[in-house]
Amino acid sequence: MSNEVLHVKERDIVVPGEVIAEGMGFLPSRGLYREGAKIHAGRLGMIAIEGKVIKLIPLSGVYLPKLNDKIVGRVIDVLMTGWRIETRSPYSAVLGLKDATAEFVPRSADLTQYYAIGDYVLCKIIAVTSQKLIDVTMKGPGLRKIKAGRLVEVNPHKVPRIIGKEGSMVLMLKNATGCNISVGQNGWIWVEGPAPEDELKAVQAIKKVEEEAHLPGLTERMKAYLEELTGKPVEIPTVTPGASAEEHEPPEQREEHREHGQHPRHGGRRFPPRR
Amino acid sequence: MTKENVLKYITKGMRYDGRKMTDYRPVTVTYGVSHAAEGSARVKIGETEVIAGVKLAMETPYPDTPAQGNLMVNAELTPLSSPQFESGPPSVQGVELARVIDRAIRESKAIDLTKLCIKEGEKVWSVAVDIVTVNDAGNLMDAGALAAIAALKNAVYPTLKDDGSVDYNKKTDKKVPLQQTPIEVTVIKIGDQLIVDPLPEEEEALDSRLTIAFNDKDMLCAMQKGGETPLSVEEISAMVDLAMEKSKELRKKL
Amino acid sequence: MAAKAVKQEYPKRQDGRDWEEMRPIEGKVGIIPRADGSAMFRIGHTVAYAAVYGPRDLFPKFMQNPETGILRCRYNMMPFSGHGERVRPGGGRRSQEISMLMNKALLPVLDLKESPNTVVDVFIELPETDAGTRCAAITAASMALADAGLAMKDMVASLSMGHYNGKIMADIDGYEDCDVGISDIPVAYIPSLDKFSLLQLDGEVPKEDLIKLLNLAKKKAMEIYKVQQQALKAKFFAEDHQHKKVKQ
Repeated sequence: MSNEVLHVKERDIVVPGEVIAEGMGFLPSRGLYREGAKIHAGRLGMIAIEGKVIKLIPLSGVYLPKLNDKIVGRVIDVLMTGWRIETRSPYSAVLGLKDATAEFVPRSADLTQYYAIGDYVLCKIIAVTSQKLIDVTMKGPGLRKIKAGRLVEVNPHKVPRIIGKEGSMVLMLKNATGCNISVGQNGWIWVEGPAPEDELKAVQAIKKVEEEAHLPGLTERMKAYLEELTGKPVEIPTVTPGASAEEHEPPEQREEHREHGQHPRHGGRRFPPRR
Repeated sequence: MTKENVLKYITKGMRYDGRKMTDYRPVTVTYGVSHAAEGSARVKIGETEVIAGVKLAMETPYPDTPAQGNLMVNAELTPLSSPQFESGPPSVQGVELARVIDRAIRESKAIDLTKLCIKEGEKVWSVAVDIVTVNDAGNLMDAGALAAIAALKNAVYPTLKDDGSVDYNKKTDKKVPLQQTPIEVTVIKIGDQLIVDPLPEEEEALDSRLTIAFNDKDMLCAMQKGGETPLSVEEISAMVDLAMEKSKELRKKL
Repeated sequence: MAAKAVKQEYPKRQDGRDWEEMRPIEGKVGIIPRADGSAMFRIGHTVAYAAVYGPRDLFPKFMQNPETGILRCRYNMMPFSGHGERVRPGGGRRSQEISMLMNKALLPVLDLKESPNTVVDVFIELPETDAGTRCAAITAASMALADAGLAMKDMVASLSMGHYNGKIMADIDGYEDCDVGISDIPVAYIPSLDKFSLLQLDGEVPKEDLIKLLNLAKKKAMEIYKVQQQALKAKFFAEDHQHKKVKQ
């Protein structure tokens, strides 16, 4: 159609209200809205274009809990039948007795033996109601209580870039710094290294990815950065064949993505309704 | 658990952001950031940012000090600067910050209050220093103290009209007489180590802290101990030594 | 610079500006790292800092709305910020009214339904004031809300218009604000809706002049709007991204 105009290109930063495109042939995705023939940006973000579908990748904003997210949470209260977990969002989560551990927890047990106030845990969201009541579980691969290390806070929308395609970025960071890095979708990242110097390097590298998440060529830049930081050669981990050449992974594709070595889940994932 | 981890770093001689143990983050002082105030300054220590302003007013002196002007130091830990601060009346943390900085300025006689007297018993200048936090990334005390003294250094008198009222729109170029520039340094003790300019994680992990103010002659003019762990004489002595050394560095920034 | 229109008889604008000329404006985003979103807006000698925290948990619980998050603005001038005497901390009735007006000016562009029972807090502090403070506050808040990643249809651009003796002025400064002959009309404009979300009037203005004034206000607001957009985008393209040294 001759009336169709695209005002932006891939990777452009757009601001609320900005006219992105004109014409009925385009499909605005989440974060964009249509008024008549015009499509406007509905929040601050970066444009990704896939044919006629225009997507907006958010670059800022607080974490809003989603089903199946693996997050780093903090125990803030011990309840009768479980624990209350801070999720770094406006909504706290509940970890029930049955989801707490593989062992059987007797009803009369002192729950602080398992998780005490102030403990950090890697847990997974298993339910989110419309009123944002959240349930989490500690049962599952990789889920555990954090025993040592330091907490790094990043913007949750940068997490996909920090994890990377098929976990390649975080793997490169782990290998280069020798640290164990547990990334929560809520932007809390736990770093544990053999020595404080190594942890600091990992923190610096994570912060750099966070700052430059929206810029192209990041993987190469991080390789060079890590080599300078550690004084050792760094390899970019190979990605499973068939993956797309695009470097950046929009949050909508998060469901296909797992940390290195895990299997994707089938079904059961509910997104908030599209506007 | 962060506390344990901070301790692990500190015992290995490392700061949580990789700094050397007794280094300050970059410190900048900018004067005259608020054109309407009689004096103002912005201080940044790392990402911590504080603005201080000075306002003068014509007032009657206190009955027990008829030949002296008045001095007041106020601090606001704004909810703008941190999710931990709330709107409303000052918290005890804000009150402490203001009072410690007040004492340093007052006890060092930074301003000769008698010079503020216009007519004994009737008219004196009163000086109000307001410290407002803009971003809290740790060490608001030192940033606030430096901003307060920088704002005073920047301060000039407004015009006093013939009828005795104050014309704030016309500033004179007569500076408010500053005869001392007290500098405050807060020393933190974590485990057995002493550090300065704490990050928020380090502030949470501290065992005790000691804020010390020095005048231009290296005399101690104010002190305040915080934290829950008591200090021995040797520890206090070491902290004062470190603070004195650091105060010289900070004074150069003015 | 284009030839200035022949100036009408005295009083002209005290700082030499044309009747339709605003003072210099400047916007910057991300100035308060601790906040979820932040911005600074300067117009002449009026500067507003805005920090956004949220959506976050809301206390007291009875204020929570199960269908949507709520917006809570708090406007405050620093004690040394204005001409004249020190302003005692605590705000007072004027700050309360302005806080409420800010809420009404910004809410139409926000959609907080995805975060029920929460609050989005907007804090404004002004280190320097020279009239037009509530407008600078709204403009800064708008950028800060966008920076915080909130769902926003558009931004809100705000300025203070003036009217004197049949003449329409853009952006009243402190000197003009004190002149009792000049009517003060603060407005806030939402470009994509072509509508105003803040409108106040202080003075004596005939209706035809008001309509002319509002149309001029739209044009001037668009100049502010451009600065808002540029400030938000500039945050992502700081030059030193490519040249950051490795910290050892």
